[in-house]
Amino acid sequence: MTCRNGPTPLQRRTFLAGTALVTILPAAAARATPEAMAAAIRDVVGNATVREGKVTLDVPPLIENGSTVPLTVSVESPMSEADHVKAIHVFNEKNPQPYVFDATLGPASGKAVIGTRIKLGDSQKIVAIAETSKGEFWSGSADVIVTLAACLEEMT
Amino acid sequence: MKAARAALGLVSLFAATWAVAQGTLETRRSGYQDMGAALRQMQDDDTANPGMLFVQLGAAAWDKPAGASGKSCADCHGAASGMKGVAARYPAIPPGADKPVDLGGRINLCRTGRQQAEPWPAEHRDLLALEALVALQSRGEPIAPPADPRLAPFRERGAEIYRRRQGQLNLSCAICHDDNAGKQLAGVVIPQAHPTGYPIYRLEWQALGSLQRRLRNCLVGVRADAWPLDAMEYVELETYLMDRARGMKIESPAVRP
Amino acid sequence: MANVLINVPKTARRGEVIEIKAMILHPMETGFRPGTNGRIIPRNIIERFTATWNGTEVFSMAMSPAIAANPFVSFFAVARDSGTIALRWTGDEGFAVEERVAITVG
Repeated sequence: MTCRNGPTPLQRRTFLAGTALVTILPAAAARATPEAMAAAIRDVVGNATVREGKVTLDVPPLIENGSTVPLTVSVESPMSEADHVKAIHVFNEKNPQPYVFDATLGPASGKAVIGTRIKLGDSQKIVAIAETSKGEFWSGSADVIVTLAACLEEMT
Repeated sequence: MKAARAALGLVSLFAATWAVAQGTLETRRSGYQDMGAALRQMQDDDTANPGMLFVQLGAAAWDKPAGASGKSCADCHGAASGMKGVAARYPAIPPGADKPVDLGGRINLCRTGRQQAEPWPAEHRDLLALEALVALQSRGEPIAPPADPRLAPFRERGAEIYRRRQGQLNLSCAICHDDNAGKQLAGVVIPQAHPTGYPIYRLEWQALGSLQRRLRNCLVGVRADAWPLDAMEYVELETYLMDRARGMKIESPAVRP
Repeated sequence: MANVLINVPKTARRGEVIEIKAMILHPMETGFRPGTNGRIIPRNIIERFTATWNGTEVFSMAMSPAIAANPFVSFFAVARDSGTIALRWTGDEGFAVEERVAITVG
């Protein structure tokens, strides 16, 4: 599985609409939005129902710097041959793109727990979706407040 | 369990009374204490602290011969573990010199003098990596500037710079880090600016960096012109800051926001 | 030398679920940031991390530019047989690093 980095149709429309403003608002052009995140999620789950639950995001509610935010995603699952988590997809709503990572796991994992560190361009909601071997989708989310570091370095 | 808790209570009560009795109740705080749990955990776990990637690079550089001498750091110094306490003493005046250098400057002196190699430019990854390796050996050691009377004028100039208003914002180091430490700036706690963990992995940089780089960030912060990379002002300020943090424990490589 | 820190227990009981932690030196340049000349710095990220246990894939992660620099990943695996855990990172600009660690399962 690859991470879906290409623009979805929705993003492309947003982008086209945005080009007129490019000279004034370059950053407004191709950013993830709650709508873009929803579209990216739809891309993964198709028409399946996504139920809230079983997925826990462990992320500091307030982080001093968005460049390195520790995130652990845990999914309740027996992780047996018959019933396990196949994949975990993580999305954000305000970075330049809505994708964070797509992880593939299985009964050999023993435990559906993944830790990593992510970049968050702003305070926002993170959503994780777990796909089970039974074809179910479960989701969890967390809100993170990103504060800005003081006394940065000037690019010279 | 209850007994253990009671014992712990007694111990901390004793520790507090003892500190007060000695008149040494520590009010200085490492920037570590101002960070959230997530970042403290990142620093504490050597398998998760990104600074340790650079320590590993430093360990490779330590054994690698360099320059016309064909010598490595290890050829003269042996195992890096023999460098315990070194980072806690710098800046110091090297033999035959009349002014102090910081740890990076000292490593470059070895490089040009002993190894007969080109000095590393400021913030070179290999230089930072060696600094991190050497500083790690002093982890947990108290900061202990040498009792060299020749350091006094440099330390005093450093103290003067620390209190001097600078830049368009007309702020001194002291206004933020003494008078307003513990308050918030842009949502972040202003630390007391004790250099306990250099070189640090600053999340803002997404890389390891030196105290000099951090000082330049402060200068930019108050809208002052940063001094040239080889300016003595940095070493003077470092000499003062290490004295100000005397006795605090080295925690390199630290993680900071 | 690849700059990788890997934390895997040297031994495990058969059936034990062990944690594997790995961190690699890499800028994870997003492709969204302008450089000092005002031009966008080209994207340079690790796109994929894969873990195999005696040749069988037990975990993989497709990364986006939203993964922090010097990527850190931790995950779990069931200790079934002694052998080799191979961790592989691949990405932009032909980046490819593989590290192997031995584990004894008894």
